[in-house]
Amino acid sequence: MARSTILGVFAKSPIKPLEKHIRLVVKCGNLLIPFFSACYEKNWSEATKVRRRISKLEQDADSLKRQLRLELPGGLFMPVDRADLLELLTQQDKIANRAKDIAGRVLGRKLEIPACLQKQFSEYLSRCIEATEKAAEAINELDDLLATGFRGREVVLVEKMIDQLDEIENDTDSMQISLRKDLLALERDLNPVDVMFLYQIIDWVGDLADLAERVGARLEILLARK
Amino acid sequence: MEILLNSGYTLVIIAAVVGLFMAWGIGANDVANAMGTSVGSKALTIKQAIIIAMVFEFAGAYLAGGEVTSTIRKGIIDASFFIDSPELLVFGMISALFAAATWLLIASALGWPVSTTHSIVGAIVGFAAIGVSPDAVEWSKVGGIVGSWIITPLISGVIAFIIFNSAQKLIFDTDKPLQQAKRWVPLYMFLAGFVLALVTIKKGLKHLDLHIGTTDGYIYALITAVLVAIIGKIFINRLKFDESAAIKTHYANVEKVFAVLMIVTACCMAFAHGSNDVANAIGPLAAVVSIVDNGGQIAAKSTIAWWILPLGGFGIVAGLAMFGHKVMATIGQGITHLTPSRGFAAELAAACTVVIASGAGLPISTTQTLVGAVLGVGMARGIAAINLGVVRNIVVSWVITLPIGAGLSISFFWMMQTVFI
Repeated sequence: MARSTILGVFAKSPIKPLEKHIRLVVKCGNLLIPFFSACYEKNWSEATKVRRRISKLEQDADSLKRQLRLELPGGLFMPVDRADLLELLTQQDKIANRAKDIAGRVLGRKLEIPACLQKQFSEYLSRCIEATEKAAEAINELDDLLATGFRGREVVLVEKMIDQLDEIENDTDSMQISLRKDLLALERDLNPVDVMFLYQIIDWVGDLADLAERVGARLEILLARK
Repeated sequence: MEILLNSGYTLVIIAAVVGLFMAWGIGANDVANAMGTSVGSKALTIKQAIIIAMVFEFAGAYLAGGEVTSTIRKGIIDASFFIDSPELLVFGMISALFAAATWLLIASALGWPVSTTHSIVGAIVGFAAIGVSPDAVEWSKVGGIVGSWIITPLISGVIAFIIFNSAQKLIFDTDKPLQQAKRWVPLYMFLAGFVLALVTIKKGLKHLDLHIGTTDGYIYALITAVLVAIIGKIFINRLKFDESAAIKTHYANVEKVFAVLMIVTACCMAFAHGSNDVANAIGPLAAVVSIVDNGGQIAAKSTIAWWILPLGGFGIVAGLAMFGHKVMATIGQGITHLTPSRGFAAELAAACTVVIASGAGLPISTTQTLVGAVLGVGMARGIAAINLGVVRNIVVSWVITLPIGAGLSISFFWMMQTVFI
């Protein structure tokens, strides 16, 4: 009986799940702050707990991603391009994956951040997480964008957010450069293998901001089409 | 000929019962499509929707249903072909009703979204072309009707696109959408009231023997529209807005204003549906009654017997009262991703198109027009996702309905011929 009514024409909106997905992803990234605090104190049992939570959130985001993909079959007529939407989702999901990678690698090697770099590293980390939060803020405008038919001042508002996101990402780039420089100065006193992995972790944390920026870019493309 | 004199009243009673059954089927199933968008976007509760549907379906059927009824009754078939054998036309019309009602019942049981209009037109053309002779059909008129089925969804889509875009410009894409909504929403109410009142006055009231001049007609329609807008404005002013909701999503409060508007468009939709679809049940009945009443003469100009339109209206309301609740409940439970600001544009466009078509005497499909309107809003990037698969199913079901309606009607026609002759 349900199919015989006109309401079958209205398919499930992908926008709310997409917004929920990025909220999960950001939560995942945010947990890196307590994770590294535990690492600084060499409290590995606490770090293990936090990593488990990160991993759990990452799995949640993954299953939401899969569900969203299944609910977005080809025969939908949407105000935005389906391929763009799926690409956006993929980019969002990568942030969570990277957060999980970081926690896993640090914990696996019980990698210690040199004490004199900790403060600088924390600042760098929070700035990168800020980028992901900004991306989430922009994504959360999608339902308002739908309300306004993807045009007008909502678009301007979102573009402004994407600009801010780019600024934050630029910031993290210069922070990364100075962090690498300071690490270079310390290098000879540290275990070479650890140093290798420290560079990798710095890279990966920077990836959080890079990926957030890419989410913003995908959103921009989504808006520019049509 | 003797058959009409001997068992004329039996035939009228059969036709009336089948016609009532058909109207009842329309009420039970088709109304869900007309009211679904309002219930689905949570602008109306199920109870409210049923009350509105009952009042306005009946009003639409009674006040504006006459023109389409005439078309179904005598527009599709060339009456001169039946002058020597009017009983064939009586049998045919009863068979057509029987066929359409049966098909509606089967389709409803299977959950297929068929159009009652298509089934009755298919059935009438079927018995006339195959059962009698292809010359018995007014093919040019039928061509016009079928053409209207393609054009009306297009028109309603374009209207929906324009209405939705205007709402975007006037309300959503502004600094203070809520204030703008309060200011402009009564205008849409005015528009809805005006179109409805005008078509009713100019086309519908003819058969009630109320003759209103052109200028007077416009003045009355204007007065009605202003009244609708004022009442709507009063309701909007009485709304309570939740400030905290405004922080979460900017447009939550705006949607509340549109929900009031949707009550008006729901009334329009019910009225439009009643005015157009009642004819599917009572058009053939009216033909039978007029032939039997005239003792076998096929009168070219005769008014519809007074009791026929109310009977159709009553049938629709009865079907609605008995089954509407169940059908609406399935809609209410399902999560619809439709907000009042989108629903109103689709409903208003569809209702206007259907009412104008009703005024022109064109039997069109309400659901089809509504689907056209929904696609129009979708084109304006207003709807998150439209399931094109379902749209395709609906279109296919319409196409299939024509031959099936025709086939059923031919079998019933032959059956009646063997029983009565």
